[in-house]
This record gives sequence, structure tokens and C-alpha cells, in this order.
Amino acid sequence: MIVADKKPVEEIIEFVKDDKKILILGCNECVTVCEAGGKKEVGVLASTLRMYFLNQGKDVKIDEITLERQCDHEYLEEIRDVADEYDAIVSIACGVGVQFMAEKYHSIPVYPGVNTCFLGATEKRGLWTERCQACGNCLLAITGGICPVSRCAKRILNGPCGGSSKGKCEIDSNLDCAWQLIVDRLKALDRLDDYEKICPIKDWSTDRAGGPRKVVREDVQI
Amino acid sequence: MSVKTPSKLEKILSEGHLAVTSEVGPPRGSDPEAVIEKANLIKDHVDVINVTDNQTSVTRMSSLAACIHIKQMGLEPMLQMVTRDRNRIAIQSEILGAASFDIFNLLCLSGDHQSFGDNPKGQNVHDLDSMQLVQTVRLMRDEGKFLGGADIKRPPKMFVGAAANPFADPFEIRVPRLAKKIACGAEYIQTQCIYNLDKFEEWMRRVVDRGLHEKAYILAGVTPLKSAGMAKFMKNRVPGMDVPDEVVKRMADTPKEKQPEEGINICIETIERLKSVEGVKGFHIMAIEWEEKVPGIVERAGLYPRPKID
Repeated sequence: MIVADKKPVEEIIEFVKDDKKILILGCNECVTVCEAGGKKEVGVLASTLRMYFLNQGKDVKIDEITLERQCDHEYLEEIRDVADEYDAIVSIACGVGVQFMAEKYHSIPVYPGVNTCFLGATEKRGLWTERCQACGNCLLAITGGICPVSRCAKRILNGPCGGSSKGKCEIDSNLDCAWQLIVDRLKALDRLDDYEKICPIKDWSTDRAGGPRKVVREDVQI
Repeated sequence: MSVKTPSKLEKILSEGHLAVTSEVGPPRGSDPEAVIEKANLIKDHVDVINVTDNQTSVTRMSSLAACIHIKQMGLEPMLQMVTRDRNRIAIQSEILGAASFDIFNLLCLSGDHQSFGDNPKGQNVHDLDSMQLVQTVRLMRDEGKFLGGADIKRPPKMFVGAAANPFADPFEIRVPRLAKKIACGAEYIQTQCIYNLDKFEEWMRRVVDRGLHEKAYILAGVTPLKSAGMAKFMKNRVPGMDVPDEVVKRMADTPKEKQPEEGINICIETIERLKSVEGVKGFHIMAIEWEEKVPGIVERAGLYPRPKID
């Protein structure tokens, strides 16, 4: 899923401090799972802002809506009739949701209420870790199912580097060395000989480097 | 191994001499004298001078510019190149730039992570990794081709090296990893600083068992310790560095004013012991901000005078 983290509320206040009617817009998908932008967080942010404006002696109306998804036209249409009422919308969906909102409601300011962080998984409640950088050219078949692009600090394709120590990365002794994990996994699969296969120079044109990407599937288009 | 380049290092190694290399770290400024002065301190006692590339991710004068200063002194530089700061366009371009000044030695590295340096908020590139950099230089030299497939006019003639750290983890793949680097085209290897000789010898045994010492020249890395504090720092704070307790103790048990001398004694003893290890073809002396000690180490370790090469 897409993992996001809360933005400092001071930053959000700075965006909306002069507005009179504000909509806090949550998303029921990834950001709900990572507890950054779901219905619960919409409520918390709305209450915090109400408190702030009350202390400032300002009369500001703050509404709360959480959509099923903000990355889908169908669900964004649900606020078509009310969107114009607001001076600003704070979207606490991921950056995709914020942008889709901004594209759809072109004349209303839309501000991000979270920082979108990475594609990751829930290790346990309150701990999410990165697993994928969406490079567009998956290597997991040759690396034992562990991704050096997203999990090695130098995204070394033929690792580990000389900084791997006791299974941890040179940049942080709490961070697993991706290549230690790869070696351990290849061993578990009885495929350690594969370690010596040289990973060729990667085609990064399917990554961010190739410019904004799209997936076109004519077979499923209506 | 037949000689493929005009590199002095390659000639010395191919003639069976123990090679001696050392390094110059470029300055945090643009004064060429800082490079020239350091190079002058070691020039008569080493065969080739490595020039580090923004080591520990701290911004410095470029390795290539410093190499050119050293080349213009009539000495032989080795360009160190990390993949952290350059994409494949910049890498190939810099290789050509170095070749245009007849720089004949290139050491391919990934580089320390930028979080260690003075620009921790910067991006890293790592378009290629160090092995792929080795492949790239070999392609440019041997096939006379760019990565994009076009021909190179006057291809680079570089003796291509890589680093190896026998002390990083997991130990079991440290020799396979060396094998990969050699398979990619590394012709010589400079190792991480050696303090744990038993572990290094175990690594070399495995290197020799696979015959890798006959496919690439292995230069053992040594760094003289200046103090007990430095020994402790390297043991505890530098990832991938293995300083055994007895080395730390030996430094700590020495009175403070005698510690620099003791550090040099340890370095010389290390070289002496490693000379008899099968597969060790030379030494890379990394005297960090202590270049003036290199001549004494080389002399006392019986590695002086250096062979004369035409």
C-alpha cells in the first residue's frame, strides 16, 4: 500500500489560517490502514483545527468527509455538489489523491494534510516499512524475493557493499542490510550459487528517470 | 597475466614486484598546492597515488582535477570513482576526461552513503553499482564502445581495479563477491584496512582455493593507527571495519606520546606478516592525513627502493 505520515499541524494551519470554510477530506484506502488519512484522522485533524481557530477567536466552519477513494473519478464526484462551498480543502489522502482532487476541482485550493512516504507494508501496528519503489522493472525473481532497489540504501544490484555489518546497514544499525536478507533467503531456497550471477546494468527508463509513467491496457478499456 | 595498458602499476605487478600504493585525499578548497604537497611527501616511496573521490561523502576538490595535478608532476595517479554522485553519462564522460590526460588507473567504488558527509539531504545516484562500473570501463577499453553502443575514438587505456572488504558481512559471500568483481573485469583489488590478520588470512585462503589470486592482483590495505582513540573509533564506529581487541589494547597500553610510533610498528608488522601470505601482490597504505609517515613505513617494511619501470 501507499504509506503516508501526518504532516505537522502547524504546517497545515499555515495553509488555511485565513480561510472561513474548510473541508477535511479523508480516504478509506491505504492511508486509513496506515492511520494517517482515514475517517479517524479526519476527525482528529478537524478537532485540532477547530480548537486552534477557537483560541484565535475566529469563526471557521470545518467539515469532515471521508471518501471511499480519492484516486478514482467516481468517488471524487460524490463531493461535486458541496465542493464549491469551501475556501479550502485539506486532503489527507496520499499525494495521488491530493492531485486528483486538485485536477477535478480546479478553482478550489487543495492542500496536502499528510506526507506521502513510500510503498510499504505493516510490520505491526504503528510500524510501516518500505518494500517497493515502483521501478517498473521487477527484479524480485533473481534476488530471492527481496528488493535491493527499495531496501538497500545505495540500491546496489550486486551487493552487499563493504558497509554491511552483523546483518545491518552502514547508515543505521537498526536497519537490515537488504543483501544480508537476500543471501539468507537464497540460502534458505538452496540457491546460494545464484548469488554469483551478475545483475546487469539496469534499465531505469521505467523508473522515475523516464519521466511521468503510465500503464495503458487497451484490453480492459471500455 | 599479460599487460594490457600503459599503467605503471600493471607493469610492476606483471613483473612480479610487490606493488606499493598510497593515497592523497583532495582538499576542501581549490588550492592545488594542497595536492602537490601531499603527493611530494610520498612520491619516491610509492608506485601509484590513489586519489580519493569525495571520501566519506564530504565535498572536496574533484578526484579527476587532483589526479591531473599529480599527473602533471610526472607521477602516476589512480582515479577513484564512486557511483554515488554520477549517472552513466557522467561516468563515461569522466572516464574519457581522465583518459585524455593519460590517467591509466581507475578504482571502481560505490562510495560511502551521503548521510555520512556534509550533504546528508542530497540525492544519491547509483545508476550503476561498482561492479557495473567495472564492466563499463572494461567495455570502453576493450571493445572501444560506449554503453549506448557507439564507437569511442581513442578509447581509454585504464588498468581497472575494485575494492574488497574481507571484514564486512556476511563473511561467506565475501570471496564469491570478489569472484563477481573479477568476473566483471576487475584486474586488481585494493582491500579494506587490515587489522584482523587471522580473518584476512582465512579470506585469502579461500581466494587462493578458488584461484582468484591468479585472475587479479590483490593489494592488502593497511592504515597506521595514530592513537588508541583512533583504534577504538575504527573498531566501534566505522561499519565494516574489524579491529581486534588485542590491537586496541596494545595501543591503549602504550603511553599516549608513544602511541603514534606503536601504530606505525603495528602497520609494519602487518606488512611483514602479509608478505608471506599467498596471493598478496602488494600493499595499499592509507595513511589518513598522515602522508609524511608513508616513506618511513615503506622503508622499514623493506619495500624501498621502488622498482624502476621504463
